[in-house]
Amino acid sequence: MGEISLGLPSVLSGSGDDFPEELRQAAREIIDRYPPDRSRSALLPLLHLVQSHEGYVSADGIGFCASMLGLTRAEVAAVATFYTMYKRKPTGDFLVSVCTNTMCDALGGQRVFDELSEHLGVGHDETTPDGTITLEHAECLAACDYGPVMTVNYEFFDKVTPEQARDIVERLRKGERPQPTRGARLCTFKEISRQLAGFAEDRPEALADGVAGDATLAGVRLAQAHGVTAPEYDPTTPIVPEKESSS
Amino acid sequence: MSGPRPEVLAKLTPVLTRRWLEPDAWRIETYERLDGYRALRKALAVHPDDLIALIKESGLRGRGGAGFPTGMKWGFIPQNDNKPHYLVVNADEGEPGTCKDLPLMTHDPHAVIEGVIIAAYAIRANRAYIYLRGEAVNAARRLRNAIAEAYAAGYLGKNILGRSFSLDVVVHSGAGAYICGEETALLDSLEGFRGQPRLRPPFPATHGLYACPTVVNNVGTIASVPPIVLGGAAWWRSMGTEKSSGPMIYSLSGRINNPGQYECSMGITLRELLELAGGMQPGHELRFWTPGGSSTPLLTAEHLDVPLDFESVAAAGSILGTTATQIFSQQDCPVYATYRWLKFYEHESCGKCTPCREGNYWMVRTYRRILSGQGTYEDLDTLLDTCDNILGRAFCGLGDGATSSVTSSLKYFKQDYLDYIEGRKPPLLSAKELVGAH
Repeated sequence: MGEISLGLPSVLSGSGDDFPEELRQAAREIIDRYPPDRSRSALLPLLHLVQSHEGYVSADGIGFCASMLGLTRAEVAAVATFYTMYKRKPTGDFLVSVCTNTMCDALGGQRVFDELSEHLGVGHDETTPDGTITLEHAECLAACDYGPVMTVNYEFFDKVTPEQARDIVERLRKGERPQPTRGARLCTFKEISRQLAGFAEDRPEALADGVAGDATLAGVRLAQAHGVTAPEYDPTTPIVPEKESSS
Repeated sequence: MSGPRPEVLAKLTPVLTRRWLEPDAWRIETYERLDGYRALRKALAVHPDDLIALIKESGLRGRGGAGFPTGMKWGFIPQNDNKPHYLVVNADEGEPGTCKDLPLMTHDPHAVIEGVIIAAYAIRANRAYIYLRGEAVNAARRLRNAIAEAYAAGYLGKNILGRSFSLDVVVHSGAGAYICGEETALLDSLEGFRGQPRLRPPFPATHGLYACPTVVNNVGTIASVPPIVLGGAAWWRSMGTEKSSGPMIYSLSGRINNPGQYECSMGITLRELLELAGGMQPGHELRFWTPGGSSTPLLTAEHLDVPLDFESVAAAGSILGTTATQIFSQQDCPVYATYRWLKFYEHESCGKCTPCREGNYWMVRTYRRILSGQGTYEDLDTLLDTCDNILGRAFCGLGDGATSSVTSSLKYFKQDYLDYIEGRKPPLLSAKELVGAH
């Protein structure tokens, strides 16, 4: 009998015992953010943390989370396999996600995905042989006013055409880091996973990246151009209304 | 082309979006210069109950889709119960079409933090969590930075502004599950489980996070709190309608000239919004639209003058939802749009409730058959029957939302379905997509 793969890492093996002490220390910092008897709340951030080490959630990663939180491997695997952002196979340095939900699809998102898929020779949730790029189609990325959108390690490239998308991935494969339309300059999938685990952005210049785009500002700019404002308010208005009897 | 008429422009009411024009509003110095943390000082000087009364008086309703009165929600939290209380901000924005919370958190994160501190003080919570959509990494880095700045300035931590009130705030990034925008699924996820909804009652107000009293508020709701504290309830009510007070961020996307975020007095119509957004793109005529995301029944060009407030949209047979107006034209097919949304609900169904899990799976396949030119009249009955079996029969609203576009597109655009079935429209999908369908 051949082995039947359910796409799950074997939860019975893997301990993460040889993960570095630094990772353990980071895990303890995460656990400390939650009430002392509620350490399980740290599980989602810990799964992001193991992705920052291995680029996906491996059997070792599951074992590591289980031992840090006093859970069984099965409990951790049940959670890890529920969420789309936890990857079950090694992920490329750059995760390219193309929104193909209804609005982006209508505006050309599916064509962007198809172009990238053909150009890279990989399908959804697959990685190029050089380990640079993992391609996926994504559900609504909450940027419909910029559709069609794609993200690289979750930073936005707005209103992309198939040609622009192809150019972006080509540059990534050459080792360049094209600047996202909005959002911070790119880092690797492992590096962004560390931020997802709850650690601060350590690049001050990246924090300042990402000015508001035209669509974001469409309403306020229109109001400003025509001198329209919301009704004025008096910031000293009392919170407790004056008693009627006193008037 | 002439611009919007003055009476339509006057409906723009930038309150939550007003600081977005300042590129550095995410820094605490800029935020403080623009009235920032002034509401906090004012709020901490009064009794928490007075803040709950103020929010009730303002008529503020939740901005996350359901429109529940915020002050009432806060008032449900039992006091003097010797249990920890929690404030959880639902920042898991993901309803298709919705894109207002991410810019709010990215460009004005301190507004959210200040709202969190005031709300936590009102409900007597000493811990608050912002459950942020995982993919929203840019909002996350700005929020985390804002929290660090707020701690350094004495707005967070122990004895805030020298008072006995203390608060810790944690940004908790999710991991890509739409269902976690549902408040009880969010709480399960925050506790470290699969994000699956809980049966209610009990409600989060008494048994929320860690089975303790919990308020779950949307980002926009929380960001509305500081301006209400500053300007007062009467000022807030001077915008919007009697039952839907205040400004609202309308997110316009699709076949229009200037898509984007338009913060307007609640009750503006789509006709007016289109005027603000420069009208339809050349060659496009309005055919169908969502008033509040893909979970709200589609409306048509007949509904251009429906005031977009909670009551009027409900009276027109839809839901105000997240005020995410996705605008489609005669170049877009309502049958295909519905199919694509259903694929989303099929993927995002958490699998807990059979009607939603199975119903969406099979409806996707029925749509494939119709769109590949092999549908039957019976398929249309099957779709409506399936919707009947999902609506109201699952723990949470995800299943209900999935049926919205199916029943509304069948109501308004049945001819489009018949055109595929009767061969007047060429198939949009090829037969290879049918593998496993039937």
